[in-house]
Amino acid sequence: MKAAIVTFPGSNRERDMRMALTKVNNGKPPVDVWHGDSELPKDIDLIVLPGGFSYGDYLRCGAMAANSPIMQEVKKRAEAGTRVLAVCNGFQIACEAGLLPGALMTNASLQFICREVNLRVETTASQFTQKYRKGQTIRVPVAHHDGNYTLDADSVKRLEDADLVAFRYADSLGNVAASTNLNGSVSNIAGIYNAKKTVLGLMPHPENATDPVCGGTDGLGLFESIAESLS
Amino acid sequence: MKARVHVSLKNGVLDPQGKAINHALHGLGFADVADVRQGKLIELELTGALAAKPKAEIEAAVKDMAQKLLANTVIENFSVELVG
Repeated sequence: MKAAIVTFPGSNRERDMRMALTKVNNGKPPVDVWHGDSELPKDIDLIVLPGGFSYGDYLRCGAMAANSPIMQEVKKRAEAGTRVLAVCNGFQIACEAGLLPGALMTNASLQFICREVNLRVETTASQFTQKYRKGQTIRVPVAHHDGNYTLDADSVKRLEDADLVAFRYADSLGNVAASTNLNGSVSNIAGIYNAKKTVLGLMPHPENATDPVCGGTDGLGLFESIAESLS
Repeated sequence: MKARVHVSLKNGVLDPQGKAINHALHGLGFADVADVRQGKLIELELTGALAAKPKAEIEAAVKDMAQKLLANTVIENFSVELVG
């Protein structure tokens, strides 16, 4: 698998992402791409938009990154079927760029939330989650202020009917309830796919749950799924 | 030529910051505030060929800017005002 990580001014999880990807890819590290570049290497299987605070979150989270030079190329590749993994600020960028539906708003609590959460894996019919079990609960960190996923009710139903909800905020037993919705997201949604399931966007950080030293390895399944399906 | 773009959250979209402001105003004793919606004001100083165009064309250009970058029309409304 050949992966590329796009770094924007203000990205801060690109190294964590590099470690996670290198770990599942026989020690082969991903390619680094800068936001001002206008081209990606030809034979890329996976593009990653990492977490952070691109352009200082000015205007709206992800708004300016979504219009940076490299994103024109990312959009082209995504349309052609190249897999895209968009985490946290990357998820915000993907929504702003129109790669995924909806928008991320300020957390309903107005608080910056930085802790571990439980996610229920909503579907394993995906190259990003095939190594998990459907309904499995995984524990990974979140760190965001604007993770409140917003989408109109009809569109949410369309996502659900097409099996495009990837993860929901849940309790440790996998129950999804208002009390487990940490940021106000519609239907407790923590991550979604595009219509072809080639783009995954999520607010939590699976890359920070890939080494026991950091408290858990529940995020590893996602990277192993990607490596297995794209290698 | 100056253009002002007012960006606000659409009706029905939860505005947590507006709610917090409302709460603080009540705390200060302004009990008659029923609701607060917070938005942002973006001022653009226009120059060159664009500023010399008819107002309708300037307005169309600024609306284009708002749709492409200044507002996220999934969750936000915007209005354009030309000044001077």
